[in-house]
Amino acid sequence: MSLPTLDFSLILPELVVLITALLVLIADLLWPRAASRGREQAPAVLALAGLILAGLLTLLAGEWSGATLQGMLVADALARYLNLVVLLAAALGLLLSWSYLPHFSTQRSEYYALYLLAVAGMLFLGKSIELITLFVSLEILSIALYVLTGFHRGQLAGGEAALKYFLLGAFSSGFLLYGAALFYAATGATRLADIAAQNAGGFYMLAGLALFLVGLGFKLAVAPFHMWAPDAYQGAPTPVTAFMSVGTKAAALVALFRVVQAAGSVPVGVWATALAFLSLLTMTLGNLAALRQSSLKRMLAYSSIAHAGYLLVGVVAGTAAGFDAVLFYLFAYAFMNIGAFAIASLLERPGFYAVQDAGIHAADGLFGRRPWLAVAMAMFMLSLAGIPPLAGFFGKLYLFAAAVESGWAWLAVAGVLNSVISAYYYLRVVVGMFMAEPSASAHLRLPLPASATLAVALTALGTLLFGLLATPWFQGISR
Amino acid sequence: MTSADYLPILILILIAAPFAGIAILLPSVLGPKNPNRMKQEAIESGMIPFADARRRFPVQYYMVAVLFIIFDIEVIFLFPWAVSLNQLKIFGLIEMGVFLGILLIGYLYVWKKGAFEWE
Amino acid sequence: MPLLFAALALIALVGAAGVLLSRNPVYSALSLLLNFVAFAVMYVMLSAQFLGVVQIIVYAGAIVVLFLFVVMLIGGNLPALGRGRRAYVRAAGVILAALFLLALLFGLARPLPNGLAAVGAPDGGSVQALGLALYVDHIVPFELASILLLTAMLGGIVLARRYQAPPKD
Repeated sequence: MSLPTLDFSLILPELVVLITALLVLIADLLWPRAASRGREQAPAVLALAGLILAGLLTLLAGEWSGATLQGMLVADALARYLNLVVLLAAALGLLLSWSYLPHFSTQRSEYYALYLLAVAGMLFLGKSIELITLFVSLEILSIALYVLTGFHRGQLAGGEAALKYFLLGAFSSGFLLYGAALFYAATGATRLADIAAQNAGGFYMLAGLALFLVGLGFKLAVAPFHMWAPDAYQGAPTPVTAFMSVGTKAAALVALFRVVQAAGSVPVGVWATALAFLSLLTMTLGNLAALRQSSLKRMLAYSSIAHAGYLLVGVVAGTAAGFDAVLFYLFAYAFMNIGAFAIASLLERPGFYAVQDAGIHAADGLFGRRPWLAVAMAMFMLSLAGIPPLAGFFGKLYLFAAAVESGWAWLAVAGVLNSVISAYYYLRVVVGMFMAEPSASAHLRLPLPASATLAVALTALGTLLFGLLATPWFQGISR
Repeated sequence: MTSADYLPILILILIAAPFAGIAILLPSVLGPKNPNRMKQEAIESGMIPFADARRRFPVQYYMVAVLFIIFDIEVIFLFPWAVSLNQLKIFGLIEMGVFLGILLIGYLYVWKKGAFEWE
Repeated sequence: MPLLFAALALIALVGAAGVLLSRNPVYSALSLLLNFVAFAVMYVMLSAQFLGVVQIIVYAGAIVVLFLFVVMLIGGNLPALGRGRRAYVRAAGVILAALFLLALLFGLARPLPNGLAAVGAPDGGSVQALGLALYVDHIVPFELASILLLTAMLGGIVLARRYQAPPKD
């Protein structure tokens, strides 16, 4: 019997992230008192170094040609762009955590180890082309995120958020697993390539795909499976929210894309129509609910749900151009969304036992207090609303154009109408920052930690550059 | 191995189960009964009971249970590995070494953090 | 064989009914144990020996223990837990169970799909066959499983330890 040879160079970035997570734990065991000797940021430094190294390895690896590790993990162009999006979101979220975490927790090694494990899970999920690998990767990222959501143990809302996220997430994992079992029942294969080659039709594939849509829809926070998202996003520490709202979406979208491609025997019209209605429902519900929020973070949570709807438009289109648009939008979304959450985290008042959420008026009069911060926030809001020449505009342009090209004009129109609705609540924040007086409860001096400032500067720069240089970037992705 | 090889186990169960059942039922039928109040109290090592026995357990029991499950699943992976090791050879040894090594780090972490100690 | 299967099916049904009908959650957990054991024997009868062993060691051994621990963690007046459940919760449960039954009957009424038809090899479920499938073919998810277990371990410790607020500066 022949034993396989494994080419680990295909998953080098993932291995770097994993080993960094283990190193963070080992360092905590070897030097338990490092924190009291002024080295309390050592785990953060280590984690950031690991993420940057993984990013460099992804960039420098040249073309990812689609070679696979035993047909389980694939290194293709899609996985490469996903790696870049997730690592970017993770690095930005880590910069936010740097100054935010010490306010409420002393368990830094645990935080960063779980954070890196979640990143590793996302990276593996994006490379999975086999059902068991896909499920295990999804569970790694989910379990790490459940714990990170409830990481602020002194705060009741954090525990509630983690519990809701966990219960509904575990439930949705069951759906996904059932879908995988039906795929196996229909084809006797677990590798997506084999499943596609079998071309088995019929009830089992259809039911399996439907269950997959439900399971991944939960992770993507697609309506009507979005019920956990507002609470989880609001109750989680803001840097975690920023990271997971981008990273989980990106990884789950890539998995969804791979699965619908494999279920080729199910008529395209069936799943595309189902996804189109989910997309319509998601953006409409997300935007309408966001209009009525009194907390800035919760408003951004609903905005994040709406954006899951926009992103689905690209999957519905079903073409290569559609998914290229999704990848472009994910980059744009990583910058503008994490930027917005970064400013929300700066406006919060992290207290001893509970973090006081930034209300919808917390940003009022920000221009008078911190002009550059207000300008950056205005950029994020305008970009999220989809106003040119920022990144979000071009992201939506490519998405909706791809939808029109493949005959989904009504969905594109719905997306545009939704963007108009969303402009109301995004612009309300902008108007407040420049026109309104600061609310009485706003503290006079807004502290600006260096790491968070760097994150805001980077995201603002990204939002602007991805807008101004959208065409060359997009051509780079679709090549 | 077919399911017919499990026949002795079935026979054993068929003998053992009635045996245990009779051993439990017989005293309650034959034994003398003379209940009084003191006898019916719950016994707490000779102490007079002072509270309901069904009270909340400390969360440490839960930690023990979770760790038990995790290591239980880890051990389950060892059975098929041990049976097929003569075919897997050094390859199998290395892959199980990696698997156990990762969990060993977790084990050391749990140990160092005092999850096995009773506060 | 059919007789043995019928006996096991009856035991499994009694166990499942016991889970639902017991007023005391501890009895529910013990009924679940009965159900699990009956299923373990059925797996062995279907020549899925390893699955039978897993069913005993992990499900009957560890999962039921965890259920009992959780019941005791909640503590208090246990029999009262089941009472006061709202009618619509019961109705939802009945409807979901009926749907599941329909789906199962629907599946049974149809011819076996290709994938499952190929699985019925006589020794496919033996421990050795599984070992080779797991450690040669599925080495990637196997190693990832250790990462998953590590994550769960870490998460359990983080959430169950006493919360220490950072010192105020």
